[in-house]
Formats: sequence, structure tokens, C-alpha cells
Amino acid sequence: MSVKVFVPCDAAALSVGADAVARAISEQIAARRLDLTLVRNGSRGLFWLEPLVEVETPRGRIAYGPVSADAVPGLFDAGFYEAKPHPLCLGPTEEIPYLKQQERLTFARCGITDPLSLADYISHGGYKGLQRALTLTPEAIVEEVTKSGLRGRGGAGFPTGIKWKTVWNTPGDQKYVCCNADEGDSGTYADRMILEGDPFVLIEGMTIAALAVGATGGYVYIRSEYPHAFRTFRRAIALAYENGYLGANVAGSGKRFDLEARLGAGAYICGEETSMLESLEGRRGQIRPKPPLPAIEGLFGKPTVINNVISLATVPIILDKGSDFYRDFGMGRSRGTLTIQLSGNLKHGGLVEKAFGLTLRQAIYDFGGGTFSGRPFRAVQVGGPLGAYFPESLLDTPLDYEAFAALKGLLGHGGIVVFDDTVDLARQARFAMEFCAIESCGKCTPCRIGSTRGVEVIDKIIAHQNRPANLQLLDELCELMVDGSLCALGGLTPFPVLSAIRHFPEDFDKPAPKPLAHVGERAQETQQWR
Amino acid sequence: MSQTSTWDTDRALARIQELEHLPGALLPVLHALQEEFGYIDKAAVPLIASALNLSHAEVHGCISFYHDFRDTPPGRHVLHICRAEACQSMGCESLVEHVESRVGVKLGETTADRSLTVESVYCLGNCALSPSVMLDGKPYGRVSNQVADFLIDGVRRRA
Ligand SMILES: Cc1cc2nc3c(=O)[nH]c(=O)nc-3n(C[C@H](O)[C@H](O)[C@H](O)COP(=O)(O)O)c2cc1C
Ligand code: SF4
Repeated sequence: MSVKVFVPCDAAALSVGADAVARAISEQIAARRLDLTLVRNGSRGLFWLEPLVEVETPRGRIAYGPVSADAVPGLFDAGFYEAKPHPLCLGPTEEIPYLKQQERLTFARCGITDPLSLADYISHGGYKGLQRALTLTPEAIVEEVTKSGLRGRGGAGFPTGIKWKTVWNTPGDQKYVCCNADEGDSGTYADRMILEGDPFVLIEGMTIAALAVGATGGYVYIRSEYPHAFRTFRRAIALAYENGYLGANVAGSGKRFDLEARLGAGAYICGEETSMLESLEGRRGQIRPKPPLPAIEGLFGKPTVINNVISLATVPIILDKGSDFYRDFGMGRSRGTLTIQLSGNLKHGGLVEKAFGLTLRQAIYDFGGGTFSGRPFRAVQVGGPLGAYFPESLLDTPLDYEAFAALKGLLGHGGIVVFDDTVDLARQARFAMEFCAIESCGKCTPCRIGSTRGVEVIDKIIAHQNRPANLQLLDELCELMVDGSLCALGGLTPFPVLSAIRHFPEDFDKPAPKPLAHVGERAQETQQWR
Repeated sequence: MSQTSTWDTDRALARIQELEHLPGALLPVLHALQEEFGYIDKAAVPLIASALNLSHAEVHGCISFYHDFRDTPPGRHVLHICRAEACQSMGCESLVEHVESRVGVKLGETTADRSLTVESVYCLGNCALSPSVMLDGKPYGRVSNQVADFLIDGVRRRA
């Protein structure tokens, strides 16, 4: 039987040359008349090793990386396809400590299978969750998800089962399941990895959600910055239709579920669920006041489940292995696994799926390997642009919803962005306000006007104009935004700002800079292209 | 890959008709037109409005709300540079400065020879390999100044 060689088709792998590597491998296979099959898999999420090439052997898969196209002929000369030694050999993939120390439940298949092979999906445990769900009543499915302790991974951490129950209990001639794949937070890419690396798990999760609440239609709202994810996911939907996993008779059950992928248009606010609904209905993405909850009056006015990609992609394993299995991971009220995304100035950036409770320090040092630049660590922002900046002294905080809330921070979608000592927190605070001003939907004044005023006030602080009074003003402005904003964009932007002032006061007390200094300037000099 | 072509009412109508049956069809229609022409011509507004039974103001309001949609043609190639926090931590602002001085225009602008438009983007989801850019829809990670020069010179020569 032909031996399989794997080269990821994930966008991050492509960004460092995976397509060129795949082409070089195909050429070598042809030139040497070898019996090898090239498979384009998703990414394992060990991004500093991308392009990560794997070969299937009797000992399991053996990894080589990072592989450049230039290195390919040498790999063939060394006989890598028979797992022979080579300087780029990393040994068995599953034994790489970064991967071995994880608990991959949601990402059980990502990077292992061909994302667009249904046969691969099914032979790796796919559609077992749906099979079980089809034997259960809607109430029993909702109960299973509730008991698992799964909380929404999109940011707010709301219990998924409780949301589903509201939709199930709301009568409606038509109900919808909408998946939020807007993933706007900087430092996050878990949704993208699923869309590109294991799209059927999301389709399966959404199908189970539809059975649980009595929905027959669904949409996945994918941000336009992810063209590869959109293309892959659309092809996965087409394949699921062709094979009877979507449409009028899902898996022979007689139940209907139709699914469509829609493209966003570069608005961060469309990740907020009501704004996403407006956008799906063909309007400007302005926030809708709540109530009514989308669970009661959602898409086109119908009862609608809205969940994040990771929440929905976790449902199949909960149904397959049972709620107890899932709930046994985690700590306190944060059950199961968190898909941590290590980003920014880190040596070993990548996806780490672990039970809740790992500390920030463990994530940054044990997994992340410290800063990429080699300079001292200075700050970390967790939870995207609305998340707090934490200093070294808070690194023993466990990754848990409540622990972060207690420190006026948030876990959000699990993105962790690390900065070295070249960072200027006054500039980061300014950026938080600027981002809010750029992305505000314009519906309420504290956010729309407040963020622009915030930028001006921070500029004055940086320029050393009447600092005490302007810091006081900034504080009042933040209070106004927290109390008076209609949604969390305006309401949470003060968190990064205030955390920067609280934990890094020295950055707001420096002599006025001459020309504009830029963030992370020195880090740039140490970068190399692979 | 060229990003633009001249406006043509018949082709625009054909694209609109392919999609007008969708519930909430406005965004898919706008994307299709931008894909076809590289931008959304003002002449498209009344066509879309009548096909989708919307007011001109609703269509126009939507085009102006979303950062993606343009009402003027971009250059033949489009470079998006990520400027969100993960890329900031790896020096994207100095990359931006470098690119701006290399091509002689600011982000959001098009070079005089119309070969290249440079834009900001807030996150490409490639945050473990920052700084990150996208050129004509293709992602690039760990982009040093030299890599940026290589990419820019490549498309400007071909343009
Ligand atoms: C400004 C803003 C942006 C948001 N962006 C996203 C996003 O990109 N993806 C996401 O799943 N949720 C996002 N959310 C949260 C959603 O409103 C919503 O809570 C979530 O999609 C529900 O799914 P979950 O319960 O599975 O987390 C955002 C919220 C706000 C206020
Ligand atoms: S807080 Fe900002 S984004 Fe949210 S509704 Fe108000 S203006 Fe819109």
C-alpha cells in the first residue's frame, strides 16, 4: 500500500510556504517513481514547526519540520519517507512534548485527517456523536450538553445547554442554528483551524444543535479575512450534502437540516451576536437591543441558537463520549478543555488544548518557550482587544473564567498575546481606544464619541500635557463607557486601558517622546524569514 | 492576479440575479460584485436596490458600513498588513513604516502607477507567525522588511 506523506493546507502553514513544499514533494515523488501519496491535512497547531511534514510508518507518524521547499530533495535523499534520520526529523509526532502534554478533545482530529475526506472523518470517530443524538429526544440532548458543563467559547462563557433549552422551549414554525465564525480577536485562530482542518466536526455539531432545538436551517458567518477557511468550509458543506449528511434526510433520519456559509465584510462588531444577525439579514452590522434574546427572536425574527465554532465543534465528542467524560476535565465552574492560542512574541506559538486550570506562566513558558525576541517578558494580553494586560506578577493566574473575572480580565476566546520589554503600554492603551473608535457600530454615544475622546486624552498624557488631570479624565471616560455602552465593545474597551494604567503606571509617566515611537521596534530586527 | 476590471452593467446584473433569491442577500451580492470588478461602482446601487427591494440609502449605508467594500477601484494588487496586537508585539508598526516609504503611499492608498493598494487589517488569524500580511488573498507569515520588499517588487514588476 502506498505510504502517505502529509503537508498541511492550513492558512498559517501556507503563510510560511507549505504549498511550495507540497509541490516540491510531488516533483520528487514523480522523479523518483516512488509509491507515496501526498495528503493535505489540517495543522497540528505547532506553528513554529510549520511547514510540518509527516510520514506514515508502522511506528506511527514521524514529523519533520520546519521544512522549506529547498530542503525537500535532501529529505528524499535521506529516505525520510522510510522514517530515516535527517536533521529536521522531530521523531514521532505524537511524542513531541508540546503535543503530548495536551488534552485534545475538540481538536482530536485536526492535523491528522484530510479535512475534506468524509471517509477519513468517519474512520477517526466522526459522526458518532450524531448517531447517538439521533437515538435521543431533544430534551435528552440538551440535558447531555447542560450536564457536560460546556460554556460558550466565543467570549461570554454562557452555558451552552441553557441557551439551547430556551430555544427548544420557544415555539416557532422555523428555527435556526447560527455559528459565529467571525473570530475577530487578535491572537486567536482556533476557529480558523477547525474550519480549515476539521470542518465536518462543526457541521456535525451544528446538526446535533439543530436536532436539540428543532431547527431546520443554519448559517455559518465566516470573516472575510479567512478566504481559505471559507473555501474549505463551503466545500465541506457541499460534500456533506452529496453524502446525505445535510439536506432533507440527515443521515437517513428523516430530519431536515440545511446549512449555508456566509462571508462577513471586515467589521469586528459583527462578531457580537445581534450585529451578526443584522449582517446575515443583509443590513449594517449595528447592535440590536436585548431583550428580545436571539434565542427567542433571532435570525429573521425566529428562535435562534448562536454559538461559537469551538462550542459547536465540541458538541460531537460530548454526545459521543458522554457528559461525564467531558465534565471530568477542568476546574471549578470551567469544565472541559480550553483551546489556548499562544500568539505574538513567543518562541513556540500555537494551539494548546488543555483542561481549564493551566496557569498563564505554564502556558507562556512551558508551552510557549518564552519570547521570540529573546528579550525579557513584559506584558500579556489575554482575551483579545477587550482583554486586560497583565504583568509578570499575575502570571500564576489559572486559565479559568472566574479567576480572570476576579482580576478584571477575561479569557474571551482563549487568545494569549505576549509582549517583550520593548512594549509601551501607554501606546497599547491608546490602540485599545483607537480600535474601539474604528470598529464602533455607532449606535451609542459613550462608545462612538467616548473612544475618540479616549484616543485624544491618551495622546495628551503621552505628550506630557497636564498628566494628573488627563489621567483623571481618562478614568471618568472609562467609567462612562463601562456604564453607558449598549454592548461589550464600548463596555469592555476600558479594561485593557485601565489594566495598562494599573499594572504599568511607569509607562504613563515617561518624558514626552520626540517623534512617534513604535511598538516592538526591536523585535523586528531579530526576525527571519523561513 | 489582477484585482479589477471595468464596470459592466450586464455582468453586474447577472451576478445580482444569481444571488437575489437568498434570504438577506445584500452581503453576498456586494461580495460578488466586488469580486467581479474589484470595487462596487455607484451605478450598482440602484440595480441592487431594485433587485432586493431595498432603498438606495439602505444599500449605500451597507457599503459604507463595512470596511471591506470599496466604491472606487483599487490598484491591480492589494496588500493587507495586519496591525492588531499580536502583530504589534512583533513589530508590525515598523513594517508598516517600511512599506509606506518603499511604495511612497500611506496605508489605505494606491500607488500612482495603480499597481498596488496597501491596506490595514485587524487580524489575519496567523498570530503565532506574526507579523503577517496578505497579498491578493495569499497569506504570508514572519514577514521581515526584506520579505515585504520581495513581495511588493514581485507584483509591481508583473503589474
Ligand atoms: C464586540 C464583540 C465581538 C465578539 N466577537 C465574537 C466572535 O468573533 N466570535 C464569537 O464566537 N463570539 C464573539 N462575541 C460573542 C458573541 O456575542 C456571542 O456571545 C457568542 O457568539 C455566543 O456563542 P458562545 O456561547 O458559543 O460563546 C463577540 C462579542 C462582542 C461584544
Ligand atoms: S457599545 Fe459601541 S459597538 Fe456596542 S452598540 Fe454601542 S456604539 Fe455599537
